[in-house]
Amino acid sequence: MTNTLHRIGDAESFKDDYIVFAIPTKVRKDPDAVTKLHRFLELAMEFKPVNLGDARHGGAIRPNKHLGPTAHWNRDNKPDFKAVIKGVNVATTCAAVFDNLDAAERFVKRVKEEDLGISVNVSTSITGAETCCEYANLSRHSVGYSLGFEGKTDKIPDTDTALLSTMCGHGMISHSLAKKMICFVKENRRTPEQAAAVLTRFCSCGIFNPSRAKRILEHARTGQK
Amino acid sequence: MKINPNKCVACGNCTYVCPMNAIYIDPAMNRATIDRDECVECYSCFNGLSQEHLNPSLVRGIRKVLSVLKVRFDPEPDVCPTAAFEPDELSWPRVVRRAFSDPSVPHESTGVEGRGTEEVKTNDVTGRVKVGEVGFTIEFGRPGVGVRFREIQEMCWTLAKANVSFEKRNPITSLMTDVPTGTLRSDILAEKVMSAIVEIKVPVERTEEVIRLVWDVEKQLDTVVALGVATRCEEDGEETVVLPILERLGYKPQRAKTNIGLGRLVTLEASGQAAAEVNGNAAAEVNGKMAVGAGAKTA
Repeated sequence: MTNTLHRIGDAESFKDDYIVFAIPTKVRKDPDAVTKLHRFLELAMEFKPVNLGDARHGGAIRPNKHLGPTAHWNRDNKPDFKAVIKGVNVATTCAAVFDNLDAAERFVKRVKEEDLGISVNVSTSITGAETCCEYANLSRHSVGYSLGFEGKTDKIPDTDTALLSTMCGHGMISHSLAKKMICFVKENRRTPEQAAAVLTRFCSCGIFNPSRAKRILEHARTGQK
Repeated sequence: MKINPNKCVACGNCTYVCPMNAIYIDPAMNRATIDRDECVECYSCFNGLSQEHLNPSLVRGIRKVLSVLKVRFDPEPDVCPTAAFEPDELSWPRVVRRAFSDPSVPHESTGVEGRGTEEVKTNDVTGRVKVGEVGFTIEFGRPGVGVRFREIQEMCWTLAKANVSFEKRNPITSLMTDVPTGTLRSDILAEKVMSAIVEIKVPVERTEEVIRLVWDVEKQLDTVVALGVATRCEEDGEETVVLPILERLGYKPQRAKTNIGLGRLVTLEASGQAAAEVNGNAAAEVNGKMAVGAGAKTA
Protein backbone atom coordinates (compact mmCIF):
# COMPACT_ATOMS: atom_id res chain seq x y z
CA MET A 1 0.00 0.00 0.00
CA THR A 2 2.40 2.63 -1.24
CA ASN A 3 -0.82 4.39 -2.07
CA THR A 4 -0.52 6.80 0.83
CA LEU A 5 3.09 7.75 0.16
CA HIS A 6 3.20 9.70 -3.07
CA ARG A 7 0.61 12.41 -2.44
CA ILE A 8 1.55 15.57 -4.26
CA GLY A 9 2.14 18.58 -2.05
CA ASP A 10 4.66 20.17 0.26
CA ALA A 11 4.78 19.73 4.03
CA GLU A 12 2.39 22.66 4.53
CA SER A 13 -0.22 20.99 2.32
CA PHE A 14 -0.20 17.94 4.61
CA LYS A 15 -1.14 19.99 7.68
CA ASP A 16 -4.60 18.38 7.55
CA ASP A 17 -3.52 14.96 6.33
CA TYR A 18 -2.47 12.21 8.71
CA ILE A 19 -2.99 8.56 7.82
CA VAL A 20 -2.31 6.02 10.53
CA PHE A 21 -2.56 2.47 9.30
CA ALA A 22 -2.14 -0.98 10.78
CA ILE A 23 -0.82 -3.78 8.62
CA PRO A 24 -0.41 -7.37 9.75
CA THR A 25 2.46 -9.04 7.92
CA LYS A 26 1.55 -11.94 5.63
CA VAL A 27 4.98 -13.41 6.27
CA ARG A 28 4.14 -14.46 9.80
CA LYS A 29 0.40 -14.66 10.20
CA ASP A 30 -1.15 -13.48 13.45
CA PRO A 31 -4.25 -15.56 14.31
CA ASP A 32 -5.66 -12.61 16.28
CA ALA A 33 -5.09 -10.07 13.52
CA VAL A 34 -8.78 -9.43 12.75
CA THR A 35 -9.59 -8.81 16.42
CA LYS A 36 -6.64 -6.46 16.68
CA LEU A 37 -7.69 -4.58 13.55
CA HIS A 38 -11.20 -4.13 14.94
CA ARG A 39 -9.68 -2.71 18.11
CA PHE A 40 -7.39 -0.42 16.10
CA LEU A 41 -10.37 1.05 14.25
CA GLU A 42 -12.50 1.32 17.39
CA LEU A 43 -9.71 3.28 19.08
CA ALA A 44 -9.50 5.57 16.04
CA MET A 45 -13.18 6.45 16.50
CA GLU A 46 -12.34 8.14 19.82
CA PHE A 47 -10.35 10.78 17.93
CA LYS A 48 -12.89 11.71 15.27
CA PRO A 49 -11.31 10.48 12.03
CA VAL A 50 -12.43 11.89 8.69
CA ASN A 51 -12.19 8.47 7.07
CA LEU A 52 -11.65 4.86 8.07
CA GLY A 53 -11.09 1.95 5.77
CA ASP A 54 -9.89 -1.53 5.11
CA ALA A 55 -8.06 -2.49 1.95
CA ARG A 56 -10.53 -5.23 1.08
CA HIS A 57 -13.87 -3.47 1.55
CA GLY A 58 -13.32 0.26 1.24
CA GLY A 59 -13.82 3.41 3.24
CA ALA A 60 -16.49 5.11 5.32
CA ILE A 61 -18.22 6.73 2.32
CA ARG A 62 -19.01 3.93 -0.08
CA PRO A 63 -20.88 3.50 -3.33
CA ASN A 64 -24.39 2.17 -3.03
CA LYS A 65 -25.31 -0.66 -5.39
CA HIS A 66 -29.05 -0.20 -4.88
CA LEU A 67 -29.74 3.52 -5.03
CA GLY A 68 -33.33 4.64 -5.15
CA PRO A 69 -34.30 7.25 -7.79
CA THR A 70 -34.73 9.96 -5.15
CA ALA A 71 -31.00 9.75 -4.32
CA HIS A 72 -30.38 12.56 -6.83
CA TRP A 73 -32.15 14.95 -4.47
CA ASN A 74 -31.06 13.64 -1.08
CA ARG A 75 -27.79 11.79 -1.50
CA ASP A 76 -26.36 10.44 1.72
CA ASN A 77 -22.79 11.73 2.03
CA LYS A 78 -22.27 10.89 5.68
CA PRO A 79 -19.45 8.50 6.57
CA ASP A 80 -20.51 5.21 8.11
CA PHE A 81 -17.61 4.32 10.38
CA LYS A 82 -19.39 1.46 12.10
CA ALA A 83 -19.91 -0.32 8.77
CA VAL A 84 -16.16 -0.20 8.16
CA ILE A 85 -15.35 -1.75 11.53
CA LYS A 86 -18.06 -4.38 11.19
CA GLY A 87 -16.90 -5.28 7.69
CA VAL A 88 -13.32 -6.22 8.58
CA ASN A 89 -13.27 -10.00 8.35
CA VAL A 90 -9.78 -10.79 7.07
CA ALA A 91 -6.29 -9.72 8.08
CA THR A 92 -5.76 -6.73 5.82
CA THR A 93 -4.51 -3.17 6.02
CA CYS A 94 -6.76 -0.88 8.04
CA ALA A 95 -6.40 2.88 8.01
CA ALA A 96 -7.62 5.87 9.96
CA VAL A 97 -7.39 9.34 8.42
CA PHE A 98 -7.28 12.49 10.54
CA ASP A 99 -7.35 16.11 9.52
CA ASN A 100 -5.48 17.54 12.49
CA LEU A 101 -2.18 16.87 14.21
CA ASP A 102 -3.67 16.81 17.69
CA ALA A 103 -5.97 13.87 16.88
CA ALA A 104 -3.19 11.98 15.11
CA GLU A 105 -0.79 12.46 18.02
CA ARG A 106 -3.30 11.30 20.59
CA PHE A 107 -4.36 8.31 18.49
CA VAL A 108 -0.75 7.17 18.02
CA LYS A 109 -0.22 7.43 21.75
CA ARG A 110 -3.41 5.48 22.43
CA VAL A 111 -2.42 2.73 19.97
CA LYS A 112 0.95 2.44 21.67
CA GLU A 113 -0.75 2.08 25.06
CA GLU A 114 -3.05 -0.61 23.68
CA ASP A 115 -0.01 -2.67 22.65
CA LEU A 116 -1.70 -4.53 19.81
CA GLY A 117 1.61 -5.90 18.55
CA ILE A 118 0.76 -5.13 14.95
CA SER A 119 2.85 -2.96 12.62
CA VAL A 120 1.60 0.62 12.56
CA ASN A 121 2.71 3.35 10.18
CA VAL A 122 2.09 7.08 9.98
CA SER A 123 1.92 8.53 6.49
CA THR A 124 2.13 12.32 6.39
CA SER A 125 4.85 14.96 6.24
CA ILE A 126 8.18 13.80 7.64
CA THR A 127 7.95 16.33 10.44
CA GLY A 128 4.31 15.44 11.14
CA ALA A 129 5.22 11.81 11.78
CA GLU A 130 8.19 12.80 13.92
CA THR A 131 5.92 15.00 16.02
CA CYS A 132 3.44 12.13 16.50
CA CYS A 133 6.27 9.85 17.64
CA GLU A 134 7.64 12.44 20.05
CA TYR A 135 4.20 12.94 21.58
CA ALA A 136 3.81 9.18 22.10
CA ASN A 137 7.41 8.82 23.27
CA LEU A 138 8.20 6.46 20.41
CA SER A 139 11.32 6.17 18.29
CA ARG A 140 10.77 5.77 14.57
CA HIS A 141 11.66 2.26 13.46
CA SER A 142 11.89 2.71 9.69
CA VAL A 143 11.12 5.46 7.27
CA GLY A 144 10.17 5.38 3.59
CA TYR A 145 10.70 8.71 1.83
CA SER A 146 8.69 9.77 -1.18
CA LEU A 147 10.94 11.27 -3.84
CA GLY A 148 7.95 12.28 -5.91
CA PHE A 149 7.21 11.71 -9.58
CA GLU A 150 9.80 11.41 -12.32
CA GLY A 151 10.00 10.23 -15.89
CA LYS A 152 7.29 11.48 -18.24
CA THR A 153 5.93 14.04 -15.80
CA ASP A 154 4.11 15.83 -18.61
CA LYS A 155 1.50 13.09 -18.17
CA ILE A 156 0.70 14.39 -14.68
CA PRO A 157 -2.29 16.76 -14.69
CA ASP A 158 -2.50 20.29 -13.30
CA THR A 159 -1.75 20.84 -9.63
CA ASP A 160 -5.29 20.93 -8.23
CA THR A 161 -6.27 17.79 -10.15
CA ALA A 162 -3.09 16.02 -9.05
CA LEU A 163 -3.58 17.08 -5.42
CA LEU A 164 -6.97 15.36 -5.49
CA SER A 165 -6.21 12.31 -7.62
CA THR A 166 -2.98 11.35 -5.84
CA MET A 167 -4.94 10.95 -2.61
CA CYS A 168 -5.66 7.48 -3.94
CA GLY A 169 -2.26 6.12 -4.87
CA HIS A 170 -3.88 3.12 -6.48
CA GLY A 171 -5.14 5.48 -9.16
CA MET A 172 -8.85 4.94 -8.56
CA ILE A 173 -9.59 8.68 -8.57
CA SER A 174 -9.44 9.52 -12.24
CA HIS A 175 -8.06 12.84 -13.42
CA SER A 176 -11.23 13.42 -15.40
CA LEU A 177 -13.48 12.96 -12.39
CA ALA A 178 -11.27 15.19 -10.23
CA LYS A 179 -11.38 17.89 -12.92
CA LYS A 180 -15.14 17.46 -13.26
CA MET A 181 -15.61 17.95 -9.52
CA ILE A 182 -13.46 21.09 -9.61
CA CYS A 183 -15.68 22.39 -12.43
CA PHE A 184 -18.85 21.44 -10.54
CA VAL A 185 -17.66 23.45 -7.55
CA LYS A 186 -16.66 26.40 -9.73
CA GLU A 187 -20.09 26.35 -11.38
CA ASN A 188 -21.74 26.05 -7.96
CA ARG A 189 -23.44 22.84 -9.06
CA ARG A 190 -22.01 21.02 -6.05
CA THR A 191 -20.62 22.16 -2.71
CA PRO A 192 -16.98 21.22 -1.97
CA GLU A 193 -18.32 18.76 0.59
CA GLN A 194 -20.56 17.03 -1.96
CA ALA A 195 -17.80 16.92 -4.57
CA ALA A 196 -15.36 15.50 -2.01
CA ALA A 197 -17.86 12.76 -1.15
CA VAL A 198 -18.11 11.75 -4.82
CA LEU A 199 -14.33 11.37 -5.02
CA THR A 200 -14.12 9.55 -1.69
CA ARG A 201 -16.41 6.76 -2.92
CA PHE A 202 -13.86 5.70 -5.53
CA CYS A 203 -11.06 5.09 -3.02
CA SER A 204 -11.30 1.40 -2.23
CA CYS A 205 -8.95 1.47 0.79
CA GLY A 206 -10.54 4.31 2.75
CA ILE A 207 -7.36 6.40 2.80
CA PHE A 208 -8.79 9.31 0.79
CA ASN A 209 -8.99 12.44 2.93
CA PRO A 210 -12.34 14.16 2.28
CA SER A 211 -11.47 17.02 4.59
CA ARG A 212 -8.31 17.89 2.63
CA ALA A 213 -10.23 17.38 -0.62
CA LYS A 214 -12.84 19.87 0.55
CA ARG A 215 -10.12 22.43 1.25
CA ILE A 216 -8.48 21.85 -2.15
CA LEU A 217 -11.84 22.14 -3.95
CA GLU A 218 -12.69 25.31 -2.05
CA HIS A 219 -9.36 26.85 -3.05
CA ALA A 220 -9.73 25.65 -6.65
CA ARG A 221 -13.04 27.51 -6.87
CA THR A 222 -11.33 30.88 -6.60
CA GLY A 223 -7.82 29.95 -7.63
CA GLN A 224 -6.49 30.98 -4.22
CA LYS A 225 -3.85 28.86 -2.51
CA MET B 1 -14.99 -5.39 -18.00
CA LYS B 2 -18.01 -5.25 -20.24
CA ILE B 3 -20.82 -2.77 -20.69
CA ASN B 4 -24.15 -4.36 -21.49
CA PRO B 5 -25.42 -2.45 -24.58
CA ASN B 6 -28.99 -3.46 -23.77
CA LYS B 7 -28.73 -1.62 -20.46
CA CYS B 8 -26.44 1.33 -21.26
CA VAL B 9 -28.27 4.64 -21.78
CA ALA B 10 -25.18 6.63 -22.86
CA CYS B 11 -25.43 9.04 -19.92
CA GLY B 12 -21.63 9.42 -20.04
CA ASN B 13 -21.02 9.30 -16.29
CA CYS B 14 -18.62 6.38 -16.65
CA THR B 15 -16.44 8.21 -19.18
CA TYR B 16 -15.22 10.47 -16.39
CA VAL B 17 -14.58 7.84 -13.75
CA CYS B 18 -12.29 5.63 -15.83
CA PRO B 19 -8.72 6.33 -14.62
CA MET B 20 -7.33 5.28 -18.00
CA ASN B 21 -9.80 7.29 -20.11
CA ALA B 22 -10.69 4.01 -21.80
CA ILE B 23 -14.46 4.56 -21.91
CA TYR B 24 -16.20 6.70 -24.51
CA ILE B 25 -19.65 7.00 -26.07
CA ASP B 26 -19.55 5.40 -29.52
CA PRO B 27 -21.58 7.78 -31.72
CA ALA B 28 -22.58 4.99 -34.10
CA MET B 29 -24.06 2.81 -31.37
CA ASN B 30 -24.85 5.59 -28.91
CA ARG B 31 -23.61 3.35 -26.13
CA ALA B 32 -20.64 3.54 -23.77
CA THR B 33 -17.76 1.50 -25.15
CA ILE B 34 -14.51 0.29 -23.60
CA ASP B 35 -11.18 0.46 -25.42
CA ARG B 36 -9.97 -2.97 -24.37
CA ASP B 37 -6.33 -2.25 -25.10
CA GLU B 38 -6.32 0.76 -22.76
CA CYS B 39 -8.57 -0.80 -20.10
CA VAL B 40 -6.43 -2.14 -17.23
CA GLU B 41 -9.30 -4.03 -15.55
CA CYS B 42 -9.07 -1.83 -12.44
CA TYR B 43 -12.82 -2.22 -11.85
CA SER B 44 -13.05 1.44 -10.81
CA CYS B 45 -16.19 1.74 -12.95
CA PHE B 46 -17.81 -1.38 -11.53
CA ASN B 47 -16.69 -0.91 -7.91
CA GLY B 48 -16.83 2.88 -7.65
CA LEU B 49 -20.03 3.83 -9.43
CA SER B 50 -23.21 3.60 -7.41
CA GLN B 51 -26.01 1.84 -9.22
CA GLU B 52 -29.65 2.40 -9.85
CA HIS B 53 -31.62 -0.31 -11.55
CA LEU B 54 -33.87 1.83 -13.74
CA ASN B 55 -35.62 0.62 -16.86
CA PRO B 56 -33.22 1.42 -19.77
CA SER B 57 -36.00 2.17 -22.28
CA LEU B 58 -37.66 4.58 -19.88
CA VAL B 59 -34.36 6.39 -19.17
CA ARG B 60 -33.52 6.63 -22.86
CA GLY B 61 -36.97 8.06 -23.56
CA ILE B 62 -36.67 10.71 -20.84
CA ARG B 63 -33.15 11.61 -22.00
CA LYS B 64 -34.42 11.98 -25.58
CA VAL B 65 -37.26 14.30 -24.61
CA LEU B 66 -35.00 16.45 -22.44
CA SER B 67 -32.43 16.58 -25.23
CA VAL B 68 -35.01 17.77 -27.80
CA LEU B 69 -36.16 20.46 -25.36
CA LYS B 70 -32.51 21.42 -24.73
CA VAL B 71 -33.08 20.98 -21.03
CA ARG B 72 -29.96 20.34 -19.02
CA PHE B 73 -30.46 18.05 -16.08
CA ASP B 74 -28.04 17.44 -13.30
CA PRO B 75 -27.93 13.84 -12.10
CA GLU B 76 -25.41 12.54 -9.58
CA PRO B 77 -22.07 12.16 -11.39
CA ASP B 78 -21.05 8.83 -9.83
CA VAL B 79 -24.11 6.76 -10.68
CA CYS B 80 -24.77 4.20 -13.40
CA PRO B 81 -28.55 4.48 -13.75
CA THR B 82 -29.06 1.01 -15.19
CA ALA B 83 -26.25 -1.07 -13.61
CA ALA B 84 -24.80 -1.71 -17.07
CA PHE B 85 -21.29 -2.81 -16.05
CA GLU B 86 -20.64 -6.54 -16.01
CA PRO B 87 -17.32 -8.14 -15.01
CA ASP B 88 -15.68 -10.11 -17.77
CA GLU B 89 -14.25 -13.61 -17.46
CA LEU B 90 -10.52 -12.85 -17.50
CA SER B 91 -8.05 -15.40 -18.78
CA TRP B 92 -4.28 -15.43 -18.89
CA PRO B 93 -2.48 -13.14 -19.59
CA ARG B 94 -5.20 -10.47 -19.35
CA VAL B 95 -5.84 -11.44 -15.74
CA VAL B 96 -2.55 -9.81 -14.70
CA ARG B 97 -4.13 -6.47 -15.58
CA ARG B 98 -6.62 -6.84 -12.79
CA ALA B 99 -4.03 -8.20 -10.36
CA PHE B 100 -1.98 -5.01 -10.78
CA SER B 101 -4.86 -2.58 -11.14
CA ASP B 102 -7.77 -3.48 -8.85
CA PRO B 103 -6.46 -2.73 -5.33
CA SER B 104 -9.20 -4.72 -3.59
CA VAL B 105 -7.82 -7.99 -4.98
CA PRO B 106 -4.91 -9.51 -3.03
CA HIS B 107 -1.87 -10.47 -5.11
CA GLU B 108 -1.61 -14.23 -5.34
CA SER B 109 2.16 -14.16 -4.91
CA THR B 110 2.19 -12.18 -1.64
CA GLY B 111 -1.36 -12.23 -0.27
CA VAL B 112 -1.24 -8.44 0.05
CA GLU B 113 -3.92 -6.14 -1.37
CA GLY B 114 -3.16 -2.95 -3.29
CA ARG B 115 0.05 -3.31 -5.24
CA GLY B 116 0.97 -6.41 -3.25
CA THR B 117 3.97 -5.06 -1.36
CA GLU B 118 4.81 -4.86 2.34
CA GLU B 119 8.00 -2.79 1.94
CA VAL B 120 9.14 -1.36 5.31
CA LYS B 121 5.55 -1.12 6.53
CA THR B 122 6.11 -4.37 8.45
CA ASN B 123 9.86 -3.95 8.84
CA ASP B 124 9.54 -4.00 12.62
CA VAL B 125 8.38 -7.62 12.34
CA THR B 126 10.07 -8.91 9.19
CA GLY B 127 13.44 -7.17 9.40
CA ARG B 128 13.31 -6.84 5.63
CA VAL B 129 15.53 -3.72 5.46
CA LYS B 130 18.29 -3.85 8.04
CA VAL B 131 20.63 -1.22 9.44
CA GLY B 132 23.06 -0.23 6.69
CA GLU B 133 20.64 -1.16 3.91
CA VAL B 134 18.33 0.85 1.69
CA GLY B 135 15.10 -0.45 0.20
CA PHE B 136 13.83 1.08 -3.03
CA THR B 137 10.27 1.02 -4.29
CA ILE B 138 10.29 1.95 -7.95
CA GLU B 139 6.69 2.38 -8.99
CA PHE B 140 5.69 2.70 -12.61
CA GLY B 141 2.50 4.03 -14.06
CA ARG B 142 0.75 6.36 -11.75
CA PRO B 143 -1.06 8.63 -11.22
CA GLY B 144 -3.50 7.18 -13.71
CA VAL B 145 -0.99 6.83 -16.52
CA GLY B 146 -0.51 3.09 -16.65
CA VAL B 147 2.46 1.04 -17.79
CA ARG B 148 3.17 -2.03 -19.90
CA PHE B 149 5.35 -4.79 -18.52
CA ARG B 150 7.88 -4.40 -21.32
CA GLU B 151 8.76 -0.99 -19.88
CA ILE B 152 9.14 -2.40 -16.40
CA GLN B 153 11.44 -5.04 -17.84
CA GLU B 154 13.80 -2.35 -19.14
CA MET B 155 14.32 -1.17 -15.57
CA CYS B 156 14.62 -4.71 -14.20
CA TRP B 157 17.30 -5.60 -16.74
CA THR B 158 19.35 -2.54 -15.85
CA LEU B 159 19.02 -3.14 -12.12
CA ALA B 160 19.87 -6.82 -12.50
CA LYS B 161 23.05 -5.97 -14.39
CA ALA B 162 24.02 -3.82 -11.42
CA ASN B 163 23.61 -6.87 -9.14
CA VAL B 164 20.92 -5.45 -6.90
CA SER B 165 18.82 -7.75 -4.76
CA PHE B 166 15.20 -8.05 -5.92
CA GLU B 167 12.71 -8.49 -3.08
CA LYS B 168 11.49 -12.07 -3.16
CA ARG B 169 8.03 -11.35 -1.79
CA ASN B 170 7.03 -8.94 -4.53
CA PRO B 171 4.53 -9.46 -7.37
CA ILE B 172 6.93 -8.30 -10.09
CA THR B 173 9.71 -10.59 -8.87
CA SER B 174 7.22 -13.46 -8.90
CA LEU B 175 6.67 -12.81 -12.62
CA MET B 176 10.35 -13.10 -13.46
CA THR B 177 11.43 -16.21 -15.32
CA ASP B 178 15.04 -15.41 -14.53
CA VAL B 179 15.62 -13.29 -11.43
CA PRO B 180 19.41 -12.87 -11.89
CA THR B 181 18.81 -11.12 -15.24
CA GLY B 182 15.51 -9.45 -14.27
CA THR B 183 13.68 -11.09 -17.17
CA LEU B 184 9.88 -11.16 -17.01
CA ARG B 185 7.57 -13.74 -18.55
CA SER B 186 7.34 -13.03 -22.26
CA ASP B 187 3.57 -13.58 -22.46
CA ILE B 188 2.78 -10.59 -20.24
CA LEU B 189 5.08 -7.96 -21.75
CA ALA B 190 2.35 -6.29 -23.84
CA GLU B 191 -0.14 -6.19 -20.97
CA LYS B 192 -0.96 -2.78 -19.54
CA VAL B 193 -1.60 -2.24 -15.83
CA MET B 194 -2.44 0.71 -13.63
CA SER B 195 0.86 0.55 -11.74
CA ALA B 196 3.45 -1.89 -10.47
CA ILE B 197 6.25 -1.71 -7.96
CA VAL B 198 9.75 -3.13 -8.31
CA GLU B 199 11.36 -3.58 -4.91
CA ILE B 200 15.11 -3.85 -4.49
CA LYS B 201 17.57 -3.63 -1.66
CA VAL B 202 21.19 -2.46 -1.65
CA PRO B 203 23.81 -1.44 0.92
CA VAL B 204 23.41 2.21 1.83
CA GLU B 205 26.67 3.06 0.03
CA ARG B 206 25.01 2.22 -3.28
CA THR B 207 22.06 4.60 -2.83
CA GLU B 208 23.35 7.25 -5.24
CA GLU B 209 24.42 4.67 -7.82
CA VAL B 210 20.93 3.12 -7.92
CA ILE B 211 19.18 6.47 -8.15
CA ARG B 212 21.38 7.45 -11.10
CA LEU B 213 20.55 4.15 -12.81
CA VAL B 214 16.83 4.83 -12.34
CA TRP B 215 17.29 8.33 -13.77
CA ASP B 216 18.97 6.90 -16.86
CA VAL B 217 16.28 4.31 -17.57
CA GLU B 218 13.20 6.38 -16.75
CA LYS B 219 14.15 8.85 -19.52
CA GLN B 220 13.51 6.07 -22.04
CA LEU B 221 10.12 5.03 -20.65
CA ASP B 222 6.74 6.38 -21.69
CA THR B 223 5.36 6.50 -18.18
CA VAL B 224 5.66 8.15 -14.79
CA VAL B 225 7.97 6.75 -12.13
CA ALA B 226 7.41 7.29 -8.41
CA LEU B 227 10.50 6.59 -6.38
CA GLY B 228 10.45 5.63 -2.72
CA VAL B 229 13.55 5.13 -0.58
CA ALA B 230 13.30 3.37 2.76
CA THR B 231 15.73 2.69 5.53
CA ARG B 232 15.98 1.63 9.14
CA CYS B 233 16.19 4.46 11.65
CA GLU B 234 18.80 4.67 14.38
CA GLU B 235 18.07 3.58 17.96
CA ASP B 236 16.88 7.06 18.90
CA GLY B 237 14.57 7.25 15.89
CA GLU B 238 16.82 9.61 13.93
CA GLU B 239 17.77 8.99 10.32
CA THR B 240 20.97 10.79 9.42
CA VAL B 241 22.42 8.62 6.67
CA VAL B 242 20.04 8.37 3.72
CA LEU B 243 18.31 11.76 3.87
CA PRO B 244 21.59 13.69 3.37
CA ILE B 245 22.36 11.53 0.31
CA LEU B 246 18.94 12.31 -1.16
CA GLU B 247 19.38 16.03 -0.47
CA ARG B 248 22.81 15.98 -2.08
CA LEU B 249 21.17 14.54 -5.19
CA GLY B 250 18.73 17.45 -5.28
CA TYR B 251 15.69 15.88 -3.63
CA LYS B 252 13.77 17.70 -0.93
CA PRO B 253 11.60 14.94 0.55
CA GLN B 254 8.42 16.29 2.14
CA ARG B 255 6.39 13.19 2.78
CA ALA B 256 7.23 9.80 4.26
CA LYS B 257 5.69 6.66 5.53
CA THR B 258 6.98 6.06 9.02
CA ASN B 259 6.92 2.67 10.71
CA ILE B 260 6.61 3.51 14.39
CA GLY B 261 7.87 0.15 15.64
CA LEU B 262 4.82 -1.19 17.46
CA GLY B 263 4.90 -4.56 15.70
CA ARG B 264 8.11 -5.32 17.44
CA LEU B 265 6.63 -4.99 20.90
CA VAL B 266 4.81 -8.33 20.84
CA THR B 267 7.11 -10.30 18.55
CA LEU B 268 10.38 -9.08 20.04
CA GLU B 269 11.55 -12.40 21.41
CA ALA B 270 10.93 -14.18 18.13
CA SER B 271 11.87 -11.46 15.68
CA GLY B 272 15.51 -12.40 15.04
CA GLN B 273 14.78 -16.04 14.45
CA ALA B 274 11.49 -15.31 12.73
CA ALA B 275 13.06 -12.91 10.25
CA ALA B 276 15.63 -15.50 9.17
CA GLU B 277 13.00 -18.20 9.06
CA VAL B 278 10.47 -16.23 7.03
CA ASN B 279 13.04 -14.93 4.59
CA GLY B 280 14.01 -18.53 3.87
CA ASN B 281 10.39 -19.54 3.44
CA ALA B 282 9.73 -16.61 1.17
CA ALA B 283 12.62 -17.57 -1.07
CA ALA B 284 11.37 -21.13 -1.39
CA GLU B 285 7.83 -19.96 -2.06
CA VAL B 286 8.91 -17.53 -4.75
CA ASN B 287 11.12 -20.09 -6.41
CA GLY B 288 8.17 -22.43 -6.53
CA LYS B 289 5.96 -19.82 -8.15
CA MET B 290 8.58 -18.22 -10.32
CA ALA B 291 7.39 -19.76 -13.54
CA VAL B 292 3.77 -18.86 -13.00
CA GLY B 293 3.35 -15.73 -10.91
CA ALA B 294 0.09 -13.84 -10.41
CA GLY B 295 -2.96 -15.36 -11.98
CA ALA B 296 -1.45 -18.82 -12.14
CA LYS B 297 -4.80 -20.47 -11.65
CA THR B 298 -6.02 -19.18 -14.95
CA ALA B 299 -2.76 -19.55 -16.85
